[in-house]
Amino acid sequence: MNTALSEYVLAIITCETDKVKGGGCPVFLASDQEEMEKTSLLLARILGGIVHDLENGIYLVCKH
Amino acid sequence: MEKYGAVIAAGIAAGLINRWLLLRSDYRHYPTYPHGQLVHLALGFIAASLGAVAVPAIAKPDFVAVTFLVLAAQQFREVRNMERETLMKLEESKLISRGTDYIEGIARVFEARNYLVIMTALLTSGAAQLWGVKSAFIIGPVSIMLTLRLMSGSFIGDIAEVKQGQVHFEGSLLMVDDVVIMNVGLPQTRKKIIEEGLGVIIKPVDDNARLNLDAPGQRKAIIHDVVSILGSKVDINETELMPMARKQVDKGYLALFIVANEPDLEMLIEIVKRVPVLESTRGTTLQSYYGRKAAD
Repeated sequence: MNTALSEYVLAIITCETDKVKGGGCPVFLASDQEEMEKTSLLLARILGGIVHDLENGIYLVCKH
Repeated sequence: MEKYGAVIAAGIAAGLINRWLLLRSDYRHYPTYPHGQLVHLALGFIAASLGAVAVPAIAKPDFVAVTFLVLAAQQFREVRNMERETLMKLEESKLISRGTDYIEGIARVFEARNYLVIMTALLTSGAAQLWGVKSAFIIGPVSIMLTLRLMSGSFIGDIAEVKQGQVHFEGSLLMVDDVVIMNVGLPQTRKKIIEEGLGVIIKPVDDNARLNLDAPGQRKAIIHDVVSILGSKVDINETELMPMARKQVDKGYLALFIVANEPDLEMLIEIVKRVPVLESTRGTTLQSYYGRKAAD
């Protein structure tokens, strides 16, 4: 049986510090768009998740 | 014994040929391996023997033997369990799963094919008994043809219109025509999808077909068949390019999205058309009075 986490936000990557408040998952701050994309790509590969874009400067890595 | 030898041989031969042809008729070539085929040919031989022996047993007459034959036929129920268990086990290590509906369908077909073989053997040996061995050469091929025709079932191409869909993005949302597939975050992934992604629209012809395409099991079957032929660029832990089939909720048609290793749109459409309609997901609303009333 598969017991891995699914449908779960694994990480939040953003450069808009005031839009994200603490929660159940780690928040990674980036200085610009480029760093945000790179960090989220790496995190997605490491965690086995998918990067989603909330279109307000917040990326999140989610496991499906 | 010699009296019945030719009759039994005719029945067994017809049944075995029938089983062999039914194995080969599957265009996905399942089971793929020699051992899997051997298992089914051996079972087919047993089924053919059962059918072939029945007529001489009645003719003799030996009714105890007939009763035992009926008991032996029960064994073929196990075939379904065997297929189901094997496929379920394999499912755990698949990147793109078949889905339980598809597995159930395959298992049922494997069971049913053994009964068809029994019937072919029975008819052929019956003919040989009644009208001489020569008639087996007519009845045998005819009943084999009949089983091949009867059990072919219907395909997605019969219940739906399949055509190309435009893969594009609205903001971060991946769309095929007007159907939302998923949210894609990374710009490089979006670029890859725009360059290599294929989209098709599967439009049901009536309400039965719409209900059928609604079922997640049927959608999984479509995706599995497409991926097993064209391949996909999904890897372990890299599921961003997962093939998906999503519904246009208002209009009821499906959009299929895939990034294939072999990006041939024409073949994709042909493959989707050749996916079998699963028994367990078949829509039957138009068979009911209220369903027909609601449809008009």
